[in-house]
Amino acid sequence: MTTVTPDSFSSAPPEVVGLGPVAWAKKNLFSDWFNSLLTVVIVGVFAWGAYRLVSWALTAAQWQVIPNNFGLFMTGTFPSGLYPRIWALLAIICGLAGLSWGVLGRNVSTLFSRSVLIGLGLVCAFIVLFPPTRPSSLKLLPMVALVAIAAAAGRQAGRKFLGIGKWVSLGWFLSYFAALWLIGGGLGLTPVSTNDWGGLVLTLFTAVSGIVLCFPLGLLLALGRRSALPVVRWLSTAYIELVRGVPLVALLFMGQVMIPLFLPIGSRPDRILRAIIALALFSAAYLAENVRAGLQAVPRGQNEAAMSLGLNTPTTLGLIVLPQALKIAIPAIVGQFISLFQDTTLLSIVGLAELLGIGRSILANPSYLGRYAEVYLFLAVIYWIFCYAMSLGSRKIEEKLNTNH
Amino acid sequence: MTQFQTEQSSAHQTGTEPVIVARDVEKWYDNGFHVLKGVSMTVYKGEVLVVMGPSGSGKSTFIRTFNALEPYQKGTIEVDGTTISHDLKDIEAIRREVGMVFQQFNLFPHLTVLQNVTLAPIWVRRWPKAKAQEVAMQLLERVGILEQAHKFPGQLSGGQQQRVAIARSLAMQPKVMLFDEPTSALDPEMVREVLDVMRGLADSGMTMVCVTHEVGFAREVADRVVLMDGGYLVEENTPQEFFSNPREDRTQKFLSQIL
Repeated sequence: MTTVTPDSFSSAPPEVVGLGPVAWAKKNLFSDWFNSLLTVVIVGVFAWGAYRLVSWALTAAQWQVIPNNFGLFMTGTFPSGLYPRIWALLAIICGLAGLSWGVLGRNVSTLFSRSVLIGLGLVCAFIVLFPPTRPSSLKLLPMVALVAIAAAAGRQAGRKFLGIGKWVSLGWFLSYFAALWLIGGGLGLTPVSTNDWGGLVLTLFTAVSGIVLCFPLGLLLALGRRSALPVVRWLSTAYIELVRGVPLVALLFMGQVMIPLFLPIGSRPDRILRAIIALALFSAAYLAENVRAGLQAVPRGQNEAAMSLGLNTPTTLGLIVLPQALKIAIPAIVGQFISLFQDTTLLSIVGLAELLGIGRSILANPSYLGRYAEVYLFLAVIYWIFCYAMSLGSRKIEEKLNTNH
Repeated sequence: MTQFQTEQSSAHQTGTEPVIVARDVEKWYDNGFHVLKGVSMTVYKGEVLVVMGPSGSGKSTFIRTFNALEPYQKGTIEVDGTTISHDLKDIEAIRREVGMVFQQFNLFPHLTVLQNVTLAPIWVRRWPKAKAQEVAMQLLERVGILEQAHKFPGQLSGGQQQRVAIARSLAMQPKVMLFDEPTSALDPEMVREVLDVMRGLADSGMTMVCVTHEVGFAREVADRVVLMDGGYLVEENTPQEFFSNPREDRTQKFLSQIL
């Protein structure tokens, strides 16, 4: 007979014993002959693919095309004498990014853990060792340092002053106009024609402008589609269905070709502006449906509770319904932003030299004939970095807004 | 609490001043279903009125017409001297004076408990934040959840959420409180804590209209009990008469089903 000791009633959860690597592999990868076979085959295929890729990248690939054209990739035909302006812009963005990181993470220890430091170290090592960045690595390293310093400063300031988040948001808002000024010139700076805007700078500028414009428009369309006023509802629905039925390329061509036909010469908007408007109008229709899905997911009781407290319709919408709807719709909205970012590649079709367009014009240069794999792989990595950053950001925001635990 | 022992205790300071006057209210749903077939009822200041009836009898719909959550097609409803019309200003004025507690609590999940309670006083009554928070803390203490003030609704039990919902309505200092099956969505062990809060509220002289299936509560706290069935108001009676000696056969049948 076993005696029951008081220990048996202890309320502590049973200790979870971590599996050793061998036991883990046995449990998850080699539990029976079929799983073992699958593991071996899949690992084999991946290893072979990775080996081929690495050996190609190290021996066969001719990476010279990237460092030789690094300026083109980043800024297009932007006059190289004015590069300090681009560096200044990058410094502003790095500073703001670091500040935001510090302020948002002031109470989150994971943002300042050892793994983050290791990550920063890896970025520095990559910048120094990766050939394409070498011409500028002396300027890139201070940028990484700037992010780190701003993050530390933001963390300290965030703990001292509670309202600092608003100022950082204001900083981001102002940085958009600073970007416009630094890239385009004017107001004391040498003007740069939009024909010379290009590369990653143009890609980011059109994507950010498109996102900033399409969000409010999509929101209004979503609300309009649920409006009690029939005319507003019909117009919103008609717009959404019309735009969703047309390919983006068609809209871009219309923007480039048709808008100038309707407007007198001289008052034609710039072609980058036209492209941004087409992008924003297109994405707004999809965004509206994402927001509408979020609106429909908010229970009717929320509206009723707010109304029964005497809140009027705009207040109910702004304080109760929209915050919940947008929170639900974050994954879909960010997905739409990511597609918009990737859709900027279509601007190369209408003759704008954004990142992909620059890549293609470089490939058309006889001295880089046949360097497709190198160039496209490089472009893919750049696009991936930005898209992954967006989806990572959306996940962090979701975690921050989760109030159910 | 002595009410627990005595069968009949209610007798709140019921005035003769009507707070809600409903006359021949008729309502059809959009699909043509005739849900209210001419219901008349008066709620006097300080009284506790319990509305009972089988599901689908229109009792929830009826009390939801009192703060214009449900429109109605015929008849009139006057709340605190104002007739409910299509005028949004009137409707918002009425909703400021009428508190409502829902079966599903309907707390705002993205706001803390304290923010839930202070939201309407700040945005509707235009109170300064400090005053709203002070009143909210007093109310949260009154319903027994002061220590949860900075949590989110999703972190509370059902009974706690419903008590927050009551505090949220009280923060607007309403003239009358409507309860739409406040305990029906609760686990059995949490019904008591919510009913205790409602009992305390009744004792403080609040005018209350409660749709509920809690017979014990109706017996002990109500000044009047009414039975609704099939869109009609079948019987209106004192609680002791209603439960022990009902006038209508329909009431008899209903009671035999639930007791």
